[in-house]
Amino acid sequence: MIRAENITKRFGGREVLKNVSASFEPGKTNLIIGKSGSGKTVFMKCLVGLLDIDEGSIWYDDVLFSKLDFAAKKEIRKEMGMLFQGSALFDSMTVEENVRFPLDMFTTMSYSEKLDRVNFCLHRVNIIDSNSLFPSELSGGMKKRVAIARAIALKPRYLFCDEPNSGLDPKTSIVIDALIKEITSELNMTTVVNTHDMNSVMENGEKIVFIEEGEKCWEGSKNEILKSDNRLLNEFVFANALAKQLKDSVK
Amino acid sequence: MLRFLSGFASYWMLLGKVFSRPEKVQIYYNQTMKELMGLGIRSIGIVAIISFFMGAVITLQTAYNTENPIYPTYLIGLGCRDSILLEFSSTIVALILAGKVGSNIASEIGTMRVTEQIDALELMGVNSASYLILPKVVATLVFNPFLTLISIIVGIVGGWIAGTSSGVITSQDFVYGIQYAFIPYYITYAIIKTLVFAFIITSVSAFQGYYVEGGSLEVGRASTKAVVYSSVTILLFNVILTQLLLS
Repeated sequence: MIRAENITKRFGGREVLKNVSASFEPGKTNLIIGKSGSGKTVFMKCLVGLLDIDEGSIWYDDVLFSKLDFAAKKEIRKEMGMLFQGSALFDSMTVEENVRFPLDMFTTMSYSEKLDRVNFCLHRVNIIDSNSLFPSELSGGMKKRVAIARAIALKPRYLFCDEPNSGLDPKTSIVIDALIKEITSELNMTTVVNTHDMNSVMENGEKIVFIEEGEKCWEGSKNEILKSDNRLLNEFVFANALAKQLKDSVK
Repeated sequence: MLRFLSGFASYWMLLGKVFSRPEKVQIYYNQTMKELMGLGIRSIGIVAIISFFMGAVITLQTAYNTENPIYPTYLIGLGCRDSILLEFSSTIVALILAGKVGSNIASEIGTMRVTEQIDALELMGVNSASYLILPKVVATLVFNPFLTLISIIVGIVGGWIAGTSSGVITSQDFVYGIQYAFIPYYITYAIIKTLVFAFIITSVSAFQGYYVEGGSLEVGRASTKAVVYSSVTILLFNVILTQLLLS
C-alpha cells in the first residue's frame, strides 16, 4: 500500500501540486488521470522520490518514505520498478543487458541464473529472440515491453508506469495495458499508472485518481466514472461525441 | 555572480556524489574498461596525427627563425623537444581532447538525462553520478598520461622527419639536439599537467551534461559549454601549474 498525504510541490513560486492525497492498493492497477500539464508526472516522480516534496508525506506500507535519507530510500527503491514515458532503456546496452542490469547491480546470482531470469521476463512480455538487439533497433511497443521486463526483473512490490501508451497505436496500447494488469495481479504488486488514455481507464481503472490543475478532483473506479456528476471529470473523460453518447446511455 | 557561485557549489556537490562508494566494484571496473576504449584508445589516432604535424611545424618554424650562423643547428632539435615536452603534448593535446572527449561526455550524459535514463538509474537505487562519471574520470586519469607520452614520441618523430626531409637539419644534429641538456623532470611536469587536465575535461564536461534540462537543443548547448568551460579552465590551470612546478 502506498499513501500520499497532503502533497504540495512547488517549482519556484509556482504550485504544481496542491495538497494532493491518495492511496494505492496492492494487487490493483491504480490510475492517475488528468490532462497534459495537470501534474500527473510530477505527482508520480514525488511518489518514487525522484522529486522532493515541499509539504506532506509519502508512506510505503508503514515506512515514511518522504523523510528517509538517500541510503534508506535506496533500499525501498530496490523494490520499485518503473516504466518511463520514453521507455528509458539504456542506449548503449542490448535488450538482454538492459533487463540484466538490475540483477547485475543488486543480486549475487550466477550468470546462468541471471540469464534464466532475463529470458523469463522477456518471454513474459512476449519478446522472443531479441536479446542481442539494441533499443534503437526496436519498435515503440517493443521498447515499452522490454522496459516492463526490466522493471519486473527484481520482482518489485511497486510498479510505476508513466504514460505507458504514449506514442503507441490503439491495438498495441491494449496489449501493454493487458500486460500491466496481468503482471500486477500475478506478482500482487501495487501498480500506479499515469495516463490520459481512455481505453486504459475503462480497461484497467480499478482505482482512479483524477488530477486537474495540480489538485485531486475525484477518486473512484471505472464503474463510478460513468455515474459521476463531477463536471471537470466528465469534461475530461467524455470529451468526444461517442463518449458523451455512452455516458448518456448509462444515465 | 550568484549563478556562478551556485554552479560552482553544484559542481562540488556532484563530485561528492561521484566519489562515494561504488555499489558493485566489478560493474564499475567493467565500465572503466569500456571507457578506456571509448575515451582513451579511440583518441590515439587524432593525438598521433596532430602531434606528428605539430612536431613537423615546430621544427620547420624553429629552423627558419634560427637561420643565423651564430646558433648551432642542433638547437632546432632542442627547441622541438622542449616545445613538445613543456607545452604541446600536455596543454595543446588537452585542449584537443576537451573538444573530442569533452563534447562526447557532455552529449552522452545529457542525452541520458533528457531521455530519463538517469532517472531510471536513480529509481533502481543506483548512484547515477558515480556510475556514469567515476569510470570516465578513472579511465582518462589512467590513459591520458599514455596519450601524452605517445604525443611526445610522435611529435619528436614528426619534427625529425620534417627537419631531415626538408634539409634544414641533419639527422645527427637533430638527435644531438633532442639529447642535449635534457631535463627528465620535464616529463614529470607534462604528466602532472596531463592528470590535472584529464580531471578537468571529464568532470567539467560531465557536470554540464548531468544537469541538462530540456531537449536536444539544450544537450547541444551543454556540449558546447563543456568544451568552452573545460578549455578555459585548462588554460587557467596551465598558468597556475607552470608557476607552481617550474618556478
